[in-house]
Amino acid sequence: MSSRIAALDLQVVGKPRRRVDARAKVTGQTRFADDLFLPRMLHCKLLRSPHPHARIRRIDARAAVTAPGVKLVLTGVDLPIPYGILPVSQDEHALCLNRVRFVGDPVAAVVAVDEQTACEALDGIRVDYEPLPTIADPEEALTTPQPRIQPYGDGNVHKKVALQFGEVDAAMASADRVFEDIFFYEGSTHLAIEQHAALAAVDPDGKLTLWSSTQTPHYVHRALSRVLGISPAHIRVIATPNGGGFGGKSDPFNHEIVVAKAAMLLGRPVKICLTREEVFYCHRGRHPVLMKLVTGVNGDGRIVAMDLQTLLDGGAYGSYGVASTFYTGALQTVTYEVPRYRFRGCRVFTNKPPCGPKRGHGTPQPRFAQEIQLDKIAVALGRDPAELRKSQLAKPHALTANYMRIGTMGLGECIDRVVAGSGWKNKHGKLRFGHGVGLACSSYLCGAGLPIYWNALPHSGVQLQLDRSGRVAAFCGATEIGQGSDDVLANLVAEVLGIDPFDIRLVSGDTDLGPVDLGSYSSRVTLMMGHAALQAAERARDLIAQAVSASLEVPASRLVFAGRRVFDAEAPARGVSFAEAVQRGEAMHGTLGTTGSYTPPESAAKYKGGGVGPSPAYSYSACVVEVQVQPETGWVEVEKIWIAHDIGRSLNPVLARGQVEGSVYMALGEALMEEMAYRRLPRHLSGVLVHKFPSLLEYKSPTTLEMPEVITYLVENPDEAGPLGAKEVGQGPLLPVMPAVANAVYDAVGVRVDEVPITPEKVLRALGDRESRRCGPKSFPFIVWPEPLKVAPPWEGGDGTAVNEKPRRRKEGVLMSPDVVQPGLAPHPSTPEAGQKTESSESSPEMPEVLR
Amino acid sequence: MMRCGRFHYHAPRTLRDACAMLQDAGSDGMLLAGGTDLVPNMKRRQQTPKVVISLRHVAGLRDAGPDGNRVRLGAMLTLSDLTAKEEVRARHTALFKAAAQVATPHLRNMGTLGGNLCLDTRCNYYDQNYEWRKAINFCMKKAGEICWVAPSSRRCWAISSTDTAPALIALGAEVALATRDGERTLGVADFCRDDGIQYLTRNPDEILTQVLLPIPAPGESSTYWKLRRRGSFDFPVLSVAAWIRRPPEGRVEAARLVLGSVASRPVIAEAAAGLVGTTLSEDVIEAVAEEASRLAKPLDNTDFSLGWRKKAARYLITGALRELRGDDPQTLGPLARRAAELAPVG
Ligand SMILES: Cc1cc2nc3c(=O)[nH]c(=O)nc-3n(C[C@H](O)[C@H](O)[C@H](O)COP(=O)(O)OP(=O)(O)OC[C@H]3O[C@@H](n4cnc5c(N)ncnc54)[C@H](O)[C@@H]3O)c2cc1C
Ligand code: SF4
Repeated sequence: MSSRIAALDLQVVGKPRRRVDARAKVTGQTRFADDLFLPRMLHCKLLRSPHPHARIRRIDARAAVTAPGVKLVLTGVDLPIPYGILPVSQDEHALCLNRVRFVGDPVAAVVAVDEQTACEALDGIRVDYEPLPTIADPEEALTTPQPRIQPYGDGNVHKKVALQFGEVDAAMASADRVFEDIFFYEGSTHLAIEQHAALAAVDPDGKLTLWSSTQTPHYVHRALSRVLGISPAHIRVIATPNGGGFGGKSDPFNHEIVVAKAAMLLGRPVKICLTREEVFYCHRGRHPVLMKLVTGVNGDGRIVAMDLQTLLDGGAYGSYGVASTFYTGALQTVTYEVPRYRFRGCRVFTNKPPCGPKRGHGTPQPRFAQEIQLDKIAVALGRDPAELRKSQLAKPHALTANYMRIGTMGLGECIDRVVAGSGWKNKHGKLRFGHGVGLACSSYLCGAGLPIYWNALPHSGVQLQLDRSGRVAAFCGATEIGQGSDDVLANLVAEVLGIDPFDIRLVSGDTDLGPVDLGSYSSRVTLMMGHAALQAAERARDLIAQAVSASLEVPASRLVFAGRRVFDAEAPARGVSFAEAVQRGEAMHGTLGTTGSYTPPESAAKYKGGGVGPSPAYSYSACVVEVQVQPETGWVEVEKIWIAHDIGRSLNPVLARGQVEGSVYMALGEALMEEMAYRRLPRHLSGVLVHKFPSLLEYKSPTTLEMPEVITYLVENPDEAGPLGAKEVGQGPLLPVMPAVANAVYDAVGVRVDEVPITPEKVLRALGDRESRRCGPKSFPFIVWPEPLKVAPPWEGGDGTAVNEKPRRRKEGVLMSPDVVQPGLAPHPSTPEAGQKTESSESSPEMPEVLR
Repeated sequence: MMRCGRFHYHAPRTLRDACAMLQDAGSDGMLLAGGTDLVPNMKRRQQTPKVVISLRHVAGLRDAGPDGNRVRLGAMLTLSDLTAKEEVRARHTALFKAAAQVATPHLRNMGTLGGNLCLDTRCNYYDQNYEWRKAINFCMKKAGEICWVAPSSRRCWAISSTDTAPALIALGAEVALATRDGERTLGVADFCRDDGIQYLTRNPDEILTQVLLPIPAPGESSTYWKLRRRGSFDFPVLSVAAWIRRPPEGRVEAARLVLGSVASRPVIAEAAAGLVGTTLSEDVIEAVAEEASRLAKPLDNTDFSLGWRKKAARYLITGALRELRGDDPQTLGPLARRAAELAPVG
């Protein structure tokens, strides 16, 4: 099939094209959430905790409630139902109920006539806190079970997972060499330029609409229904174009729920725009991960077994954390052959903003470890790092030890391209002191095989509607976050119908108007929405072709859709315009509309935890980085990068290259400077634990001046699991860059920095350490692991199930909140209309007293 | 977005009016030039003036021109105005390089020379919003009692972070300060004070109107090196301004070396005397750099680690002096390229 795909004669796909939303973006006409204004709109501000961990004893909001211009004050008791992105971590409240868990946790909300008034009214809310001891890092979390940050988990351990594929210990014992290394990957945040913003309004018919800069309107839709207790059919979520997301807008957020509630209570539109500091507190970024990687190899460096332990600093809430934990192990097997593999991961709670998914979700950290360790193995065995990798690439069209099903696998070609392009053979180990090159590879998912909540429905749906003018409208729940998802939709529909992408009216990211798409995360959109779009478009083409075939008396199979015409392949002059063709279709079939949908194939991984990692296809990347390192100061300058990405097929090369370059840019930030650093003040003085500098100036991220030249190679090897063979490009190309930089630093000055960011201080420290020639973590804490689930690899007769697992019943989850409640528009106790202050009726001793 | 508190806004058109308004406002008043420092500080409640007096429309403050053997530069010239002047680029290299490396092009289009000289001192326990500072219980520079950087200290160690002040001191510049009653001039070095809170000797009712810059005699040359993590945007973490007079092929007759961002004011390195009478041999440069770098006593309140900043100080001083000797900074390695590099001026 893939050769058939490769041979397709494509009109739109693969041609470098201006993206469909480019004009609006470059002329400043794209309307982001913050650009929306509605008549009588009110503004909301959140009061956030100044304590990293405390019980809320009392909230006195009387001064705020009575301040001129203030319309409403909300506290935790107003939104008591918890929520969270994963069904297993429903641990968030829109406003903290009785406890705050990090500096920045929201406690109360003020809604007022304008933002200034709302800001000022925050000063009128007095919160009485009882501070609690804090947990600053994973080591502390492991050794301090009390006080617990969350009521679930084990002490302050959120989740431990252990999986074993084959007899790892025996294989390790038989290995010629065993390499054991400890790595640390610092946390970083997404730093999308657009700060989160949301606007909620009650429609004239009483239904609720929320506009929000979210990557996952469908999940926000579910959370709103749950927390507000209203039917999802009465809620509409519109994802506004995101000014960047990168995973940071994939959770349902407290501010979204708060403005929705406020709009319902007040019957007026309510808007909120977060400040940059607040975005740092929303976080959900890269988990800091400490890793211990033990790999056994035979004499020529082939891996015989791998044993990985990871320790994740999760911050104060669950978020995607359980999935993140599995992801720190799941994709270690898809690049090189790993015949036996053990993975154990542990996520802990700390009093910091929650970590979650950031571009590469959970996989850049272990990838960093593995790619540096391979470099060390190559050095120890005197092999060329590129050759060492090429000699043991994972097999295409095969299962891995942990039952990931690989389709096409272009990593070998990726390596060849960057090796040739960079002149690797003449550079590696051969440049003068202070100059070096490093190589690393990676792989990433093209969409998660399972949805976030269990269900058997399609992951993406597309609906087309065509009319006699020749206009085609495409409806889809997919979310444009800047990555170009709208362009993919237009591109594929145009290709099939033989029209121009600009002819298509796109309606996306709107839960009322389009079929469900799960959202812009896990690099799923091109593949999943792409299939749905192709299916819908092919169905439309078939309907039209049937009608045109009848009127032109040409067999439908001979009709070509191209250049806004439908014509006979054998006599191209014989044909009709596309609009006429649609008219004939409409005449024959009635109003023309079609749908398409996509559900990923069933995974081969049947063991518990096997839900994370399987994907319809995997993309591959290889990268060579050239650096100059100044030995006196440790200063590292990245001079040039060559990167090859196996994209299957590039639908629009302009966007594909943009994604590769953007990934490289983001990766360089993580490699060299970005750091979610926290600071705990001296214990005897305040002991408070704060983000070191939640600001765009002091959180160091590269500028254009730090960006080196990047040479991008797109390797096109169509994968039959992808639409027209396409695979992802949004996340994968980020992954190889960090370890390639570390390997290049080693090539330049002979020292290892086994952690990111690779700062000049660390390089200098490594240079100064004559013994180890290394800077990095020295030990991995002792963790009591559960007995791993044991799964025999496919080549040892396994069937994807664990031998020591109790049979599981797959719970059919509740798709949406069943309780249908009409939105209540009665005045809230704190509205001036309702007048008087009321005491919170909650009498539970745990609940704070609320005065307003 | 973050919002400023409420304040009265005045927009005088003459210096006399501005002086009068400033004096009338007393301790409640502050001057606004480009606002690139003051406005963010007001949003974060670090500075909370009740009266803001804008200098934007005050006549004459944006003038520039020769005055005997000096040039006068109006305090309201923007940094972009300054770097666009060919004579600044050609004759006052240290000032040009300093101004050209402030912040970003956008901020240089707004930020002024006067505002840069009066820039608030910086510290990462202080350059935070109100809520953050409340979380740590404030510090003595604003609303608190303790210094979080040095808890046993009785003073504030916030860092002088202006790029132009060290350059102007090295160039021997003076400032003119006006009040309702008259004008005085003093050396830029005397304008600065080593205290994180009272970091200027300026009286509260004085307006900085001009900078007076000597026109260099033949044989004089200067440079400015700035250390920061990125090639744009960042405040200096350490800077070196150097000036010498040395006839062609001759020996150094006079030298000044000033370190920026190592204390609450720019620090004059007496070690520069060691350059006089020499031909700037490698030994001399290294000895002077070694001695001068001892003035850098970094505290943990800005970017990079302490130990590394100390090492970098020596490296930067060496590099700046080599450049004055005639070496091409391009050949001195990537950090030198970064530190001596001119941010794209636009
Ligand atoms: C992101 C960012 C990065 C920055 N990076 C740098 C940097 O790298 N280097 C650097 O030096 N600065 C930097 N700055 C600070 C600032 O932009 C510059 O220092 C600028 O020159 C300040 O000038 P201004 O006219 O905007 O000052 P304003 O903000 O208007 O004023 C600054 C202070 O000076 C006082 N003042 C202004 N004019 C006068 C006067 N004529 N007489 C008396 N007092 C006066 C004001 O009352 C105020 O206290 C940065 C700022 C930002 C926001
Ligand atoms: S040096 Fe000390 S007193 Fe001064 S701003 Fe920093 S923490 Fe505050």
